[in-house]
Amino acid sequence: MLKINNLHVKLEEEDKQILNGLSLEVPAGQVHAIMGPNGSGKSTLSYVLSGRDGYEVTEGGATLDGRDLLAMEPEERAAAGLFLAFQYPVEIPGVGNMTFLRTAVNAQRKARGEEELSSGEFLKLVRAKAKDLQIDADMLKRPVNVGFSGGEKKRNEILQMAMLEPRMCIMDETDSGLDVDAMRLVADGVNALRSADRSFLVITHYQRLLNHIQPDVVHILSNGRIIKTGGPELALQVEEEGYGDILSEAG
Amino acid sequence: MSQVAVQTKDATPQQSVGAPKPADALQARLDALTLPKGGFTAAARADALVRLRGMGLPGPRDEYWRYTDPRPFNAAQPQPIPIAAKSPDSPLFTDLDRLVLIFVDGVFDAAASDDLSLAGLEIGTLAQADMQPDHWARGLYGTLETAGQKPVSRPFAALNTAAARDGVLIRVTGKPAKPVHILHRRASESADVIWHHVIRVEEGAELTLLETGMVGARSNGVLEVDLAKGAKLHHITAKRAGHQKLGISHLFARVEAEAQLKSFALSVNGTLMRHEGVIEIVGDDAVAHIAAAVLGDGDKGPFHHDDTVFITHAAENCESRQVFKKVLKNGAEGVFQGKILVKQGAQKTDGYQISQALLLDERSQFLAKPELEIYADDVKCSHGSTTGALDETALFYLRSRGVPKDRAIVFLVLSFLADALEEIEDEVLRGQINDRLEAWLTRRANSQ
Repeated sequence: MLKINNLHVKLEEEDKQILNGLSLEVPAGQVHAIMGPNGSGKSTLSYVLSGRDGYEVTEGGATLDGRDLLAMEPEERAAAGLFLAFQYPVEIPGVGNMTFLRTAVNAQRKARGEEELSSGEFLKLVRAKAKDLQIDADMLKRPVNVGFSGGEKKRNEILQMAMLEPRMCIMDETDSGLDVDAMRLVADGVNALRSADRSFLVITHYQRLLNHIQPDVVHILSNGRIIKTGGPELALQVEEEGYGDILSEAG
Repeated sequence: MSQVAVQTKDATPQQSVGAPKPADALQARLDALTLPKGGFTAAARADALVRLRGMGLPGPRDEYWRYTDPRPFNAAQPQPIPIAAKSPDSPLFTDLDRLVLIFVDGVFDAAASDDLSLAGLEIGTLAQADMQPDHWARGLYGTLETAGQKPVSRPFAALNTAAARDGVLIRVTGKPAKPVHILHRRASESADVIWHHVIRVEEGAELTLLETGMVGARSNGVLEVDLAKGAKLHHITAKRAGHQKLGISHLFARVEAEAQLKSFALSVNGTLMRHEGVIEIVGDDAVAHIAAAVLGDGDKGPFHHDDTVFITHAAENCESRQVFKKVLKNGAEGVFQGKILVKQGAQKTDGYQISQALLLDERSQFLAKPELEIYADDVKCSHGSTTGALDETALFYLRSRGVPKDRAIVFLVLSFLADALEEIEDEVLRGQINDRLEAWLTRRANSQ
């Protein structure tokens, strides 16, 4: 599904190389985790894939279902099935959560040539999905993420994911700022979305989220490259030994 | 990021050989108007004329006109502006139950308007009521305008009191069941419209006043508002300007104890617009809020919009808020001059002022002059002014969810304006204003 090939990326403003030949492939239905120390390029990877300004791809590429991701605008990538759950979801005062979500859902449907949801259909759908995530009606009515706790913001991200039904979900440090209960709720939401034709790339600094979202494959990112790939046991090794040994082993 | 407020307007105006002297310019300005003799307003009109001659028309060196060129307002006559066949905006508030007063080029049109009787209200029109010597507005017409000439003179307001042809006179004695809606229409391409409204809300009474529609090629409005103890006025204005229009309007308000004034203005388009708000809080525990949302696009000609506000606290434990938001693109210019004066003895004053501009390109500019002058020692006053561009992170967030860029910008502009719209208490009215804004923004986004 997602193929990243020899990706080299630098920050436009600082002329600083962040990714140095990153390659990985996430097949349909799988959950891959990317772990790495601070500054290894984890967030850059998520932003480059989803199309944020400020990054320059100097070599390599990335495709989603064979389509060149990097040639698309962010909204086109979304319509193609890519979703990024933000580490810090953005507050947008004055814009209702429902209005925003309905606009997003229908813009994607329109871009794919599908029929837009009527306001009744949308309401029914969003209420059902919100209930699963323990998001109450009041949160839906409030402006996007305004006055939400850290846990509520992350649940709102998962609600968006559930409504938009992406093919490829990238989760950028979704566990940051969450207590155990909130993390379980978020993980349950993600697990409910796992399916044979949907894949996940879970970016995290710590192993604990992976107790709740079981990955099929774990990659270790260092200095802008994948230096080791393994099964779930690799995450446990990081948890016990830290990154030091793996990094020195990889040279 | 705020701009330096020094422009070429500091330069000495070019005095070509044939340029009229200031006094001649004023005389030419007056000669172009038909000054009503007035009935009960005669004395106030004569007094206003004397005051106007004393202060003269403003010049580019006038401190109060430092950021806005007064010359188009000084000119004897406005340039004619074609009357557009149809506005792309659907009319505001038409689905609400309200009492509609139609003004055509600033003159009341009784045949087109609703019946003026409504429980809790006494409505008259200036031109007609002027002939009734015992009218309640006799002692009020021009009074608040006169009081508002200190410490800064406002020549166009004095001109208005002297020359206004018509307006509404509303005395509120109860809580009328529906709002009063003043709707302006155009008939003549070169109309130089001068209207003057007087609103007196008696003790404990309440009114919602709506103003919309299209005003003449040039307009000069005065709204005098006198709020008695515990009275409330909710004022929402959303007049349409068209691209070439010149307009100056004034709100003069006196707010007595426990009274509440809430005034919101939506302003879209216009070549040169200036809104002056002069509010004096004279009784304890009163509240005065004045807010505006301004959208300016310089793509169809110059856009310059100036909000100039002066709020005086002369009593204890009162609250005032000024919330001004301007969205500017394609070289549009926004100005805000806002002052809070807290007089001696006005303890426990809570004064707040915020003026913000969202610049959608580098050619647009916002000039702000916030001022506080405080002579009491137990007060809370704050002011802030910011000028900035769109938040790139928020824009990316919306787009990453599939919202197209144009639409995402509309969302962020509405988000920027939200604080100003929050000043409209009534949810239905706020919703309609929001929809109007959204339609305008969407049309603009699509037209590029």
